[in-house]
Amino acid sequence: MIGSLWALLSQDLRLAIRHGGESLMPLMFLFSVIILVPLGVGPGPNLLAAIAPGMIWVAALLSSLLALERLFRPDFEDGSLEQWWLGHLPVYGLVLVRLFSHWLITGLPIILFAPIAAQMLFLHPDALGTLMISLGLGTPILSLVGGLAAALTLSTNRGSVLLSILVFPLIVPVLVFATGAVSVAAEGISPRTHLGLLAAMLVLALTLVPLAVTSALKLNIE
Amino acid sequence: MSAFHTLKVGFHRLGSPPNFYRLCTRLAPWFWIGFVVTATVGLYQALYVVPPDYQQSDSYRILFIHVPSAWQALAGYAIMAVLAAIALIWRIRTTEILAMACAPVGAAFTLICLATGAIWGKPMWGTWWVWDARLTSMLILLFIYLGIMGLYSAFEDRRKGARVACILVLVGVVNIPIIQFSVEWWTTLHQGSTINLLGESTMDPSMLPPLIWMTIAVKLMFTAVMLQRASLDLIDQDRRKRWVDGVIGEQSS
Repeated sequence: MIGSLWALLSQDLRLAIRHGGESLMPLMFLFSVIILVPLGVGPGPNLLAAIAPGMIWVAALLSSLLALERLFRPDFEDGSLEQWWLGHLPVYGLVLVRLFSHWLITGLPIILFAPIAAQMLFLHPDALGTLMISLGLGTPILSLVGGLAAALTLSTNRGSVLLSILVFPLIVPVLVFATGAVSVAAEGISPRTHLGLLAAMLVLALTLVPLAVTSALKLNIE
Repeated sequence: MSAFHTLKVGFHRLGSPPNFYRLCTRLAPWFWIGFVVTATVGLYQALYVVPPDYQQSDSYRILFIHVPSAWQALAGYAIMAVLAAIALIWRIRTTEILAMACAPVGAAFTLICLATGAIWGKPMWGTWWVWDARLTSMLILLFIYLGIMGLYSAFEDRRKGARVACILVLVGVVNIPIIQFSVEWWTTLHQGSTINLLGESTMDPSMLPPLIWMTIAVKLMFTAVMLQRASLDLIDQDRRKRWVDGVIGEQSS
Protein backbone atom coordinates (compact mmCIF):
# COMPACT_ATOMS: atom_id res chain seq x y z
CA MET A 1 0.00 0.00 0.00
CA ILE A 2 2.77 2.43 0.81
CA GLY A 3 4.22 1.74 -2.63
CA SER A 4 0.95 2.66 -4.31
CA LEU A 5 0.54 5.83 -2.26
CA TRP A 6 4.11 6.76 -3.03
CA ALA A 7 3.38 6.18 -6.72
CA LEU A 8 0.49 8.68 -6.58
CA LEU A 9 2.61 11.21 -4.74
CA SER A 10 5.52 10.94 -7.16
CA GLN A 11 3.17 11.21 -10.13
CA ASP A 12 1.59 14.38 -8.73
CA LEU A 13 5.00 15.91 -8.14
CA ARG A 14 6.29 14.91 -11.55
CA LEU A 15 3.25 16.51 -13.22
CA ALA A 16 3.73 19.64 -11.15
CA ILE A 17 7.39 19.91 -12.16
CA ARG A 18 6.45 19.42 -15.82
CA HIS A 19 3.94 22.28 -15.62
CA GLY A 20 6.82 24.28 -14.25
CA GLY A 21 5.32 27.71 -14.73
CA GLU A 22 2.25 27.05 -12.64
CA SER A 23 4.29 25.50 -9.87
CA LEU A 24 6.34 28.63 -9.45
CA MET A 25 3.15 30.64 -8.71
CA PRO A 26 3.65 30.50 -4.92
CA LEU A 27 7.08 32.03 -5.16
CA MET A 28 5.79 34.63 -7.59
CA PHE A 29 3.16 35.65 -5.05
CA LEU A 30 5.65 35.85 -2.26
CA PHE A 31 8.02 38.02 -4.24
CA SER A 32 5.20 40.19 -5.58
CA VAL A 33 4.14 40.82 -2.02
CA ILE A 34 7.67 41.65 -0.92
CA ILE A 35 8.20 44.09 -3.78
CA LEU A 36 4.77 45.65 -4.19
CA VAL A 37 3.83 46.21 -0.56
CA PRO A 38 6.79 48.47 0.30
CA LEU A 39 6.18 50.35 -2.92
CA GLY A 40 2.55 50.73 -1.99
CA VAL A 41 2.71 51.71 1.67
CA GLY A 42 6.11 53.35 1.73
CA PRO A 43 9.42 51.92 2.86
CA GLY A 44 9.16 52.90 6.54
CA PRO A 45 10.57 49.94 8.49
CA ASN A 46 8.16 50.23 11.43
CA LEU A 47 5.07 50.05 9.28
CA LEU A 48 6.48 47.22 7.19
CA ALA A 49 7.47 45.27 10.29
CA ALA A 50 3.96 45.64 11.65
CA ILE A 51 2.24 44.35 8.52
CA ALA A 52 4.88 41.76 7.57
CA PRO A 53 3.19 38.71 9.18
CA GLY A 54 -0.14 39.52 7.56
CA MET A 55 1.38 40.12 4.16
CA ILE A 56 3.39 36.90 4.15
CA TRP A 57 0.29 35.01 5.23
CA VAL A 58 -1.77 36.63 2.46
CA ALA A 59 0.83 35.44 -0.03
CA ALA A 60 0.56 31.92 1.44
CA LEU A 61 -3.23 32.03 1.18
CA LEU A 62 -3.25 33.26 -2.41
CA SER A 63 -0.73 30.69 -3.53
CA SER A 64 -2.80 27.94 -1.92
CA LEU A 65 -6.04 29.22 -3.44
CA LEU A 66 -4.78 29.43 -6.98
CA ALA A 67 -3.57 25.88 -7.16
CA LEU A 68 -6.95 24.53 -6.00
CA GLU A 69 -8.63 24.57 -9.38
CA ARG A 70 -6.25 21.95 -10.67
CA LEU A 71 -6.38 19.78 -7.56
CA PHE A 72 -9.16 17.36 -8.49
CA ARG A 73 -10.69 18.74 -11.67
CA PRO A 74 -8.32 17.26 -14.28
CA ASP A 75 -8.74 13.78 -12.78
CA PHE A 76 -12.49 14.28 -12.53
CA GLU A 77 -12.80 15.34 -16.13
CA ASP A 78 -10.87 12.46 -17.65
CA GLY A 79 -12.50 9.89 -15.39
CA SER A 80 -9.48 8.76 -13.41
CA LEU A 81 -10.95 10.06 -10.15
CA GLU A 82 -13.56 7.29 -10.19
CA GLN A 83 -10.75 4.73 -10.25
CA TRP A 84 -9.88 5.74 -6.70
CA TRP A 85 -12.95 3.87 -5.42
CA LEU A 86 -12.41 0.85 -7.65
CA GLY A 87 -8.97 -0.08 -6.34
CA HIS A 88 -8.02 -1.62 -3.04
CA LEU A 89 -6.53 1.51 -1.54
CA PRO A 90 -8.52 3.53 1.01
CA VAL A 91 -9.70 6.75 -0.57
CA TYR A 92 -8.89 8.54 2.71
CA GLY A 93 -5.21 7.77 2.10
CA LEU A 94 -5.33 8.85 -1.53
CA VAL A 95 -6.96 12.13 -0.55
CA LEU A 96 -4.30 12.74 2.08
CA VAL A 97 -1.55 12.08 -0.49
CA ARG A 98 -3.14 14.47 -2.98
CA LEU A 99 -3.46 17.20 -0.37
CA PHE A 100 0.09 16.54 0.79
CA SER A 101 1.40 17.02 -2.74
CA HIS A 102 -0.61 20.27 -2.92
CA TRP A 103 1.08 21.42 0.26
CA LEU A 104 4.50 20.47 -1.08
CA ILE A 105 3.90 22.60 -4.15
CA THR A 106 2.22 25.62 -2.52
CA GLY A 107 3.02 25.67 1.19
CA LEU A 108 6.58 24.42 1.39
CA PRO A 109 8.07 27.04 -0.97
CA ILE A 110 6.49 29.78 1.12
CA ILE A 111 7.99 28.31 4.28
CA LEU A 112 11.43 27.97 2.69
CA PHE A 113 11.50 31.51 1.37
CA ALA A 114 9.78 33.13 4.36
CA PRO A 115 13.10 34.15 6.01
CA ILE A 116 14.01 36.19 2.92
CA ALA A 117 10.57 37.77 2.87
CA ALA A 118 10.76 38.51 6.59
CA GLN A 119 14.13 40.15 6.19
CA MET A 120 12.97 42.34 3.32
CA LEU A 121 9.91 43.46 5.26
CA PHE A 122 11.99 44.22 8.35
CA LEU A 123 10.24 41.70 10.56
CA HIS A 124 11.64 41.64 14.09
CA PRO A 125 14.30 38.90 14.25
CA ASP A 126 12.77 37.39 17.41
CA ALA A 127 9.59 36.73 15.50
CA LEU A 128 11.15 34.82 12.64
CA GLY A 129 11.07 31.47 14.42
CA THR A 130 7.42 31.98 15.29
CA LEU A 131 6.70 32.93 11.69
CA MET A 132 8.23 29.69 10.46
CA ILE A 133 6.32 27.62 13.01
CA SER A 134 3.05 29.38 12.25
CA LEU A 135 3.56 28.79 8.53
CA GLY A 136 4.54 25.19 9.18
CA LEU A 137 1.36 24.60 11.18
CA GLY A 138 -0.95 26.80 9.15
CA THR A 139 -0.14 26.08 5.49
CA PRO A 140 -1.18 22.41 5.82
CA ILE A 141 -4.52 23.67 7.17
CA LEU A 142 -4.80 25.90 4.10
CA SER A 143 -4.19 22.91 1.84
CA LEU A 144 -6.71 20.78 3.74
CA VAL A 145 -9.50 23.36 3.81
CA GLY A 146 -8.78 24.39 0.23
CA GLY A 147 -8.93 20.77 -0.82
CA LEU A 148 -12.31 20.46 0.87
CA ALA A 149 -13.65 23.49 -0.99
CA ALA A 150 -12.27 22.11 -4.27
CA ALA A 151 -13.93 18.73 -3.61
CA LEU A 152 -17.29 20.37 -2.78
CA THR A 153 -17.34 22.48 -5.94
CA LEU A 154 -15.93 19.78 -8.19
CA SER A 155 -18.85 19.32 -10.56
CA THR A 156 -20.12 22.89 -10.58
CA ASN A 157 -19.52 25.30 -13.44
CA ARG A 158 -18.56 28.54 -11.78
CA GLY A 159 -16.26 26.80 -9.33
CA SER A 160 -13.62 29.42 -8.65
CA VAL A 161 -15.78 32.21 -7.21
CA LEU A 162 -17.63 29.79 -5.01
CA LEU A 163 -14.33 28.22 -3.98
CA SER A 164 -13.06 31.48 -2.51
CA ILE A 165 -16.34 32.08 -0.66
CA LEU A 166 -16.16 28.60 0.83
CA VAL A 167 -12.50 28.81 1.83
CA PHE A 168 -12.64 32.27 3.41
CA PRO A 169 -14.80 31.68 6.53
CA LEU A 170 -13.01 28.45 7.40
CA ILE A 171 -9.57 30.02 7.05
CA VAL A 172 -10.13 33.19 9.09
CA PRO A 173 -9.39 31.60 12.48
CA VAL A 174 -6.12 30.20 11.10
CA LEU A 175 -5.08 33.60 9.79
CA VAL A 176 -6.06 35.35 13.00
CA PHE A 177 -4.07 33.04 15.23
CA ALA A 178 -1.06 32.73 12.91
CA THR A 179 -0.58 36.46 12.43
CA GLY A 180 -1.43 37.03 16.09
CA ALA A 181 1.32 34.63 17.12
CA VAL A 182 3.92 36.45 15.04
CA SER A 183 2.77 39.86 16.28
CA VAL A 184 3.02 38.94 19.95
CA ALA A 185 6.38 37.25 19.35
CA ALA A 186 7.65 40.48 17.82
CA GLU A 187 6.68 42.24 21.05
CA GLY A 188 8.57 39.69 23.13
CA ILE A 189 5.56 37.85 24.57
CA SER A 190 5.44 34.07 24.27
CA PRO A 191 3.25 32.98 21.34
CA ARG A 192 2.56 29.65 22.97
CA THR A 193 -1.25 30.03 23.19
CA HIS A 194 -1.65 31.10 19.60
CA LEU A 195 0.62 28.36 18.28
CA GLY A 196 -1.04 25.80 20.51
CA LEU A 197 -4.48 26.66 19.13
CA LEU A 198 -3.04 26.56 15.62
CA ALA A 199 -1.65 23.09 16.28
CA ALA A 200 -5.04 22.00 17.61
CA MET A 201 -6.71 23.28 14.46
CA LEU A 202 -4.19 21.36 12.37
CA VAL A 203 -4.89 18.12 14.21
CA LEU A 204 -8.66 18.63 13.87
CA ALA A 205 -8.35 19.38 10.17
CA LEU A 206 -5.91 16.54 9.51
CA THR A 207 -8.22 13.95 11.02
CA LEU A 208 -11.65 15.14 9.91
CA VAL A 209 -11.23 17.04 6.64
CA PRO A 210 -10.15 14.04 4.52
CA LEU A 211 -13.37 12.30 5.61
CA ALA A 212 -15.41 15.24 4.39
CA VAL A 213 -13.34 15.42 1.18
CA THR A 214 -13.96 11.72 0.49
CA SER A 215 -17.74 12.11 0.88
CA ALA A 216 -17.76 15.28 -1.21
CA LEU A 217 -15.78 13.64 -4.01
CA LYS A 218 -18.03 10.59 -3.95
CA LEU A 219 -21.15 12.76 -4.15
CA ASN A 220 -19.77 14.75 -7.04
CA ILE A 221 -18.86 11.69 -9.03
CA GLU A 222 -22.35 10.20 -8.93
CA MET B 1 -51.26 1.83 19.08
CA SER B 2 -48.65 3.58 21.16
CA ALA B 3 -47.82 7.22 20.79
CA PHE B 4 -44.30 6.32 19.75
CA HIS B 5 -45.62 4.17 16.92
CA THR B 6 -47.83 7.02 15.69
CA LEU B 7 -44.88 9.35 15.86
CA LYS B 8 -42.71 6.94 13.89
CA VAL B 9 -45.32 6.44 11.19
CA GLY B 10 -45.87 10.18 11.02
CA PHE B 11 -42.16 10.79 10.60
CA HIS B 12 -41.96 8.25 7.78
CA ARG B 13 -45.02 9.79 6.11
CA LEU B 14 -43.22 13.13 6.01
CA GLY B 15 -40.78 11.63 3.53
CA SER B 16 -43.53 11.67 0.96
CA PRO B 17 -43.57 14.97 -0.94
CA PRO B 18 -47.36 15.49 -1.07
CA ASN B 19 -47.71 14.85 2.67
CA PHE B 20 -44.80 17.10 3.45
CA TYR B 21 -46.20 19.86 1.27
CA ARG B 22 -49.59 19.54 2.91
CA LEU B 23 -48.11 19.74 6.39
CA CYS B 24 -45.97 22.78 5.55
CA THR B 25 -48.81 24.74 3.99
CA ARG B 26 -51.14 23.87 6.85
CA LEU B 27 -48.70 24.77 9.63
CA ALA B 28 -47.12 27.90 8.19
CA PRO B 29 -50.11 30.28 8.65
CA TRP B 30 -50.35 29.31 12.33
CA PHE B 31 -46.72 30.15 12.87
CA TRP B 32 -47.23 33.50 11.14
CA ILE B 33 -50.21 34.27 13.37
CA GLY B 34 -48.20 33.28 16.42
CA PHE B 35 -45.34 35.48 15.26
CA VAL B 36 -47.60 38.52 14.78
CA VAL B 37 -49.16 38.10 18.22
CA THR B 38 -45.92 37.50 20.13
CA ALA B 39 -44.03 40.20 18.21
CA THR B 40 -46.77 42.75 18.90
CA VAL B 41 -46.72 41.99 22.61
CA GLY B 42 -42.92 41.89 22.71
CA LEU B 43 -42.41 45.13 20.79
CA TYR B 44 -45.06 46.94 22.79
CA GLN B 45 -43.36 45.91 26.00
CA ALA B 46 -39.91 46.69 24.62
CA LEU B 47 -40.82 50.17 23.48
CA TYR B 48 -43.31 51.36 26.09
CA VAL B 49 -43.28 49.23 29.20
CA VAL B 50 -39.70 48.43 30.06
CA PRO B 51 -37.80 51.17 31.94
CA PRO B 52 -34.88 52.99 30.33
CA ASP B 53 -31.37 51.77 31.03
CA TYR B 54 -29.39 53.73 33.63
CA GLN B 55 -26.43 54.17 31.29
CA GLN B 56 -27.92 54.12 27.82
CA SER B 57 -31.44 55.49 28.56
CA ASP B 58 -33.72 54.64 25.66
CA SER B 59 -31.27 53.66 22.91
CA TYR B 60 -30.64 50.22 24.38
CA ARG B 61 -34.08 49.08 23.21
CA ILE B 62 -32.63 47.85 19.92
CA LEU B 63 -31.32 45.01 22.07
CA PHE B 64 -34.76 43.39 21.86
CA ILE B 65 -34.24 42.86 18.13
CA HIS B 66 -30.48 42.39 18.15
CA VAL B 67 -30.25 39.63 20.76
CA PRO B 68 -33.14 37.41 19.56
CA SER B 69 -31.80 37.65 15.98
CA ALA B 70 -28.35 36.62 17.15
CA TRP B 71 -29.75 33.70 19.14
CA GLN B 72 -31.85 32.62 16.19
CA ALA B 73 -28.89 32.80 13.79
CA LEU B 74 -27.09 30.29 16.01
CA ALA B 75 -30.16 28.17 16.74
CA GLY B 76 -31.09 28.15 13.07
CA TYR B 77 -27.66 26.82 12.20
CA ALA B 78 -27.99 24.11 14.83
CA ILE B 79 -31.37 23.09 13.39
CA MET B 80 -29.92 23.12 9.90
CA ALA B 81 -26.99 20.97 11.05
CA VAL B 82 -29.32 18.35 12.58
CA LEU B 83 -31.42 18.29 9.41
CA ALA B 84 -28.27 18.04 7.29
CA ALA B 85 -27.01 15.10 9.32
CA ILE B 86 -30.38 13.32 8.96
CA ALA B 87 -30.44 14.07 5.23
CA LEU B 88 -26.94 12.73 4.69
CA ILE B 89 -27.35 9.58 6.79
CA TRP B 90 -30.84 8.51 5.72
CA ARG B 91 -30.95 10.28 2.32
CA ILE B 92 -34.45 11.63 2.87
CA ARG B 93 -35.29 14.09 0.12
CA THR B 94 -37.74 16.22 2.07
CA THR B 95 -35.19 16.59 4.85
CA GLU B 96 -32.63 17.81 2.31
CA ILE B 97 -35.12 20.41 1.10
CA LEU B 98 -35.94 21.49 4.65
CA ALA B 99 -32.25 21.82 5.55
CA MET B 100 -31.59 24.01 2.52
CA ALA B 101 -34.65 26.11 3.37
CA CYS B 102 -33.06 27.04 6.71
CA ALA B 103 -30.02 28.65 5.16
CA PRO B 104 -31.49 31.88 3.68
CA VAL B 105 -33.51 32.58 6.82
CA GLY B 106 -30.52 32.01 9.07
CA ALA B 107 -28.44 34.27 6.85
CA ALA B 108 -31.11 36.96 7.06
CA PHE B 109 -31.14 36.83 10.86
CA THR B 110 -27.34 36.99 10.96
CA LEU B 111 -27.50 40.06 8.75
CA ILE B 112 -30.14 41.63 11.01
CA CYS B 113 -27.95 40.92 14.02
CA LEU B 114 -24.88 42.50 12.42
CA ALA B 115 -26.81 45.51 11.11
CA THR B 116 -28.63 46.23 14.38
CA GLY B 117 -25.36 45.74 16.21
CA ALA B 118 -23.65 48.31 13.98
CA ILE B 119 -26.55 50.75 14.36
CA TRP B 120 -26.39 50.33 18.12
CA GLY B 121 -22.62 50.50 18.22
CA LYS B 122 -22.13 53.80 16.41
CA PRO B 123 -23.82 56.10 18.93
CA MET B 124 -23.02 53.95 21.96
CA TRP B 125 -19.46 52.79 21.52
CA GLY B 126 -18.39 55.16 18.77
CA THR B 127 -17.80 52.66 16.02
CA TRP B 128 -19.81 50.79 13.40
CA TRP B 129 -17.52 47.79 13.56
CA VAL B 130 -14.61 46.31 15.44
CA TRP B 131 -12.60 43.24 14.52
CA ASP B 132 -13.08 41.45 17.79
CA ALA B 133 -13.87 37.78 18.35
CA ARG B 134 -17.67 37.91 18.60
CA LEU B 135 -18.29 40.19 15.61
CA THR B 136 -15.73 38.46 13.40
CA SER B 137 -17.13 35.02 14.16
CA MET B 138 -20.69 36.24 13.41
CA LEU B 139 -19.41 37.60 10.10
CA ILE B 140 -17.84 34.19 9.44
CA LEU B 141 -21.24 32.63 10.18
CA LEU B 142 -22.83 34.91 7.59
CA PHE B 143 -20.28 33.83 5.00
CA ILE B 144 -20.81 30.17 5.84
CA TYR B 145 -24.57 30.64 5.32
CA LEU B 146 -23.92 32.41 2.00
CA GLY B 147 -21.51 29.67 0.97
CA ILE B 148 -24.15 27.02 1.70
CA MET B 149 -26.75 28.93 -0.34
CA GLY B 150 -24.28 29.44 -3.19
CA LEU B 151 -23.18 25.80 -3.20
CA TYR B 152 -26.78 24.53 -3.25
CA SER B 153 -27.72 26.76 -6.18
CA ALA B 154 -24.58 25.91 -8.18
CA PHE B 155 -25.71 22.37 -8.95
CA GLU B 156 -28.19 21.47 -11.66
CA ASP B 157 -29.12 18.23 -9.92
CA ARG B 158 -30.83 19.65 -6.83
CA ARG B 159 -30.53 16.48 -4.77
CA LYS B 160 -26.78 16.28 -5.36
CA GLY B 161 -26.45 19.98 -4.60
CA ALA B 162 -28.40 19.60 -1.37
CA ARG B 163 -26.25 16.68 -0.21
CA VAL B 164 -22.98 18.47 -1.04
CA ALA B 165 -24.23 21.58 0.78
CA CYS B 166 -25.15 19.40 3.77
CA ILE B 167 -21.51 18.34 4.04
CA LEU B 168 -20.55 22.00 4.14
CA VAL B 169 -23.16 22.61 6.86
CA LEU B 170 -21.60 19.93 9.04
CA VAL B 171 -18.09 21.30 8.44
CA GLY B 172 -19.23 24.77 9.50
CA VAL B 173 -20.62 23.51 12.82
CA VAL B 174 -17.20 24.09 14.39
CA ASN B 175 -17.88 27.81 14.19
CA ILE B 176 -20.89 27.67 16.52
CA PRO B 177 -19.04 26.98 19.78
CA ILE B 178 -16.49 29.62 18.78
CA ILE B 179 -19.24 32.22 18.48
CA GLN B 180 -20.92 31.10 21.65
CA PHE B 181 -17.86 31.18 23.84
CA SER B 182 -15.96 33.96 22.08
CA VAL B 183 -16.99 36.53 24.65
CA GLU B 184 -15.82 34.25 27.47
CA TRP B 185 -12.51 33.29 25.94
CA TRP B 186 -11.41 36.75 24.77
CA THR B 187 -11.82 40.25 26.15
CA THR B 188 -13.74 42.01 23.48
CA LEU B 189 -15.64 45.22 22.96
CA HIS B 190 -18.84 43.17 22.78
CA GLN B 191 -20.64 42.66 26.07
CA GLY B 192 -20.04 39.44 27.92
CA SER B 193 -22.82 36.96 28.50
CA THR B 194 -25.41 38.35 30.88
CA ILE B 195 -28.13 35.78 30.33
CA ASN B 196 -27.21 32.28 31.40
CA LEU B 197 -29.33 29.16 31.14
CA LEU B 198 -27.46 27.33 33.87
CA GLY B 199 -26.69 30.11 36.28
CA GLU B 200 -27.70 33.50 37.45
CA SER B 201 -28.44 36.11 34.87
CA THR B 202 -27.15 39.59 35.46
CA MET B 203 -29.80 41.33 33.37
CA ASP B 204 -32.38 43.24 35.38
CA PRO B 205 -35.52 41.03 35.65
CA SER B 206 -37.78 43.88 34.60
CA MET B 207 -36.14 43.79 31.17
CA LEU B 208 -36.57 40.07 30.61
CA PRO B 209 -40.25 39.76 29.51
CA PRO B 210 -39.97 41.56 26.14
CA LEU B 211 -36.74 39.67 25.46
CA ILE B 212 -38.51 36.37 25.98
CA TRP B 213 -41.51 37.45 23.89
CA MET B 214 -39.26 38.59 21.04
CA THR B 215 -37.18 35.40 21.21
CA ILE B 216 -40.33 33.30 20.86
CA ALA B 217 -41.58 35.61 18.07
CA VAL B 218 -38.32 35.22 16.16
CA LYS B 219 -38.44 31.43 16.50
CA LEU B 220 -42.00 31.36 15.20
CA MET B 221 -41.06 33.57 12.26
CA PHE B 222 -38.03 31.40 11.47
CA THR B 223 -40.20 28.29 11.41
CA ALA B 224 -42.90 29.96 9.29
CA VAL B 225 -40.44 31.19 6.67
CA MET B 226 -38.53 27.90 6.69
CA LEU B 227 -41.73 25.87 6.12
CA GLN B 228 -42.89 28.15 3.33
CA ARG B 229 -39.51 28.10 1.62
CA ALA B 230 -39.37 24.31 1.87
CA SER B 231 -42.85 23.90 0.41
CA LEU B 232 -42.07 26.27 -2.47
CA ASP B 233 -38.76 24.55 -3.20
CA LEU B 234 -40.55 21.20 -3.25
CA ILE B 235 -43.23 22.46 -5.64
CA ASP B 236 -40.54 23.94 -7.85
CA GLN B 237 -38.57 20.70 -7.99
CA ASP B 238 -41.64 18.53 -8.59
CA ARG B 239 -43.46 20.89 -10.93
CA ARG B 240 -43.81 18.25 -13.62
CA LYS B 241 -45.23 15.60 -11.33
CA ARG B 242 -48.86 14.70 -11.05
CA TRP B 243 -49.32 15.42 -7.36
CA VAL B 244 -48.43 19.05 -8.02
CA ASP B 245 -51.22 19.31 -10.61
CA GLY B 246 -53.59 18.03 -7.96
CA VAL B 247 -52.38 20.57 -5.42
CA ILE B 248 -52.57 23.51 -7.80
CA GLY B 249 -55.98 22.28 -8.91
CA GLU B 250 -57.12 22.25 -5.28
CA GLN B 251 -55.82 25.73 -4.60
CA SER B 252 -57.28 27.34 -7.67
CA SER B 253 -60.73 25.82 -7.21
